[in-house]
Amino acid sequence: MALLELRDLAITYRTEEGPVPAVRGVSLTVDAGQTLGLAGESGCGKSTIAASILRLLPGSAKVTGQILFRGEDVLTMSWGKLRAVRWAGASIIFQGAMHSLNPVQRIGKQIAEPILLHTPEVTTAQASRRVAELLSQVGLPARRADSYPHELSGGQKQRVMIAMALACSPNLIVADEPTTALDVMIQAQVLTLIGDLVRETGVGMIMISHDLSVLSATCERLAVMYAGRIVEEGPAHQVFTDAKHPYAEALAWAFPVIGDSRTRLSPRGLPGDPPDPAQLPDGCTFHPRCAVAQPQCATRQVELWSAGEGRLAACVRVLPDFTDESGAKTVGAPQDQRDEAVA
Amino acid sequence: MSALSNPDVLDADRGTTPILSAAGVRVRFAGRGRRRAAATAVDGVNLDIAPGEILALVGESGCGKTTLARTMLGLERATQGQVLFDGKPLSYRSGALRTYRRQVQLVLQDPTGSLNPRHTVYEAVAEGVRIHRLDNEVGRVTDALSRCGMRPPERFFERYPHELSGGQRQRVVIAGALVLEPKVLVADEPVASLDASVRGEILALLLKLRDELGLAALVVTHDLGLAWNIADRLAVMYLGRIVEVGTPEQVFSQPLHPYTRALMSVLPESPIEPIVLTGEPPDATRIPAGCRFHPRCPEFASGAAAAAGVAERCANVPLPVLPASGAGSTQVSCHLAEVKLTEAG
Repeated sequence: MALLELRDLAITYRTEEGPVPAVRGVSLTVDAGQTLGLAGESGCGKSTIAASILRLLPGSAKVTGQILFRGEDVLTMSWGKLRAVRWAGASIIFQGAMHSLNPVQRIGKQIAEPILLHTPEVTTAQASRRVAELLSQVGLPARRADSYPHELSGGQKQRVMIAMALACSPNLIVADEPTTALDVMIQAQVLTLIGDLVRETGVGMIMISHDLSVLSATCERLAVMYAGRIVEEGPAHQVFTDAKHPYAEALAWAFPVIGDSRTRLSPRGLPGDPPDPAQLPDGCTFHPRCAVAQPQCATRQVELWSAGEGRLAACVRVLPDFTDESGAKTVGAPQDQRDEAVA
Repeated sequence: MSALSNPDVLDADRGTTPILSAAGVRVRFAGRGRRRAAATAVDGVNLDIAPGEILALVGESGCGKTTLARTMLGLERATQGQVLFDGKPLSYRSGALRTYRRQVQLVLQDPTGSLNPRHTVYEAVAEGVRIHRLDNEVGRVTDALSRCGMRPPERFFERYPHELSGGQRQRVVIAGALVLEPKVLVADEPVASLDASVRGEILALLLKLRDELGLAALVVTHDLGLAWNIADRLAVMYLGRIVEVGTPEQVFSQPLHPYTRALMSVLPESPIEPIVLTGEPPDATRIPAGCRFHPRCPEFASGAAAAAGVAERCANVPLPVLPASGAGSTQVSCHLAEVKLTEAG
């Protein structure tokens, strides 16, 4: 049984201007000891998915599909059961974690809180021993438990948030942009720490970011989202270096590999803006920004389709019956892509 | 359009008068309270920016890069040394500063925070024109917006920031700087708060403005990829000093300073084995003796410095401040690198 399985998850926010579909049919699987990267731009629905896993969405969100955590649907779980899953089964490291700490409480107390709540038989003394253990696990001295958040640097606060997420030894950790706003060196420290934790404890992990290079370096598999859907999924490094979907390719190019002469003095961006979820374009939602769009893309919506071994992409270019209608423009290695898709 | 758009003229111009320079700049902030020590945020920096040159200043938070940028803008005054614009020392009289700020404009990280939510795009861009009492307001605003890729400009005049995407907002901020026809842009993390796909577009805009208008830029960032994408030269800053400076090609293919090497090694996809420095960047109130990097230096810790016979110097002998350089060869401030370079050469 998979640790976490999303089946055809769809989430729509009810707003005054009408329904806004944030997630439109996402299926994903994470096993124990596995890391899955979820990439995409602001508004693509990735943080909505993170919050939905623990049923943390606001009342205005309508959720359909299934979120199976160890085989049980989180969406239909009883309140008591859900409470046990939160923190102890799965925990979230939120975006901008440094601002999520209570400024007027010592961090030791904040880390101990979920432990005391979830395991009532634990004494305060036992909890503070566990806090010391957790702090050393994330590379902070145990005496830091007596510090207030403002006495810590950004990287240290992020470590505290990770210690907190580990407090009840969960099986699944969802990290939403865990290193955004951190310096390169601190980012490297945090990513190394997360990697070690996954290896040592065998937790499953979903890491969310818009930086494909970070996800490629830390995750086994990578799913790229655009406008509420997964447009490409596959082994992380392959998706980063040889994307099949033009959007995933553009996202990969956004963070240059230093030393690659193709990006020297030629930054590559993607013209246009992500679509408004309330007014999605017809056909492929990416076609208005796509450099290699075909006439059929304006009307034809493609589902995820096999794009090589262990890979999926939602683009007409990977379909077995694909023929280039425009003939003018080509992407990186179109011929190879088509061959693989047919195979 | 200026003659600077011609690449030959641009190259010939380099090596003559830098448009903006720091000469021995040192900025100290007095400590507050009884026991607080003074912090030396910038501790002796020489830096030249040639007309039409894009210089990236990289380093960790707290290394003094933003303080240096603010000092170059005249927002902070150097405790020692001076800032020179077009070869002349900066005057801090209010009239002189106003003229100066027409020439050297600032672009900040977060475009949402930089724009007044109740001002339209037109008002945001026209503000500088009004402050400096320039003629032809509409023409200038139209031109600046269209140069920044907001076309047709008239369509955006009456829009408010909340009606724009993140990338468009940053374009408006850049247009607001550009409308005064400056010679230099100082950009502090210009793409850090933008989405991945927009990032490349804004960087391409900075390059385009340099090519079309000969606009020089000092880009402050902790993003080495940005430097690779757009910078002509790269200066690595550590605890108030520039420790290595050179072209991105030179510095990235052969980082000479152990700190630069460590920064590069932790990038995703880096070919070098990651060297993760432990600990936080040190404190500007307590600058270590000798080489300021030696307490965190992997070469010092591994004994490589001792093997080369410089460990004693690393711990005790301060390094000289690097001189300002043009587009010449890489300069590095490291005892070990000096020994290696002497052996090699």
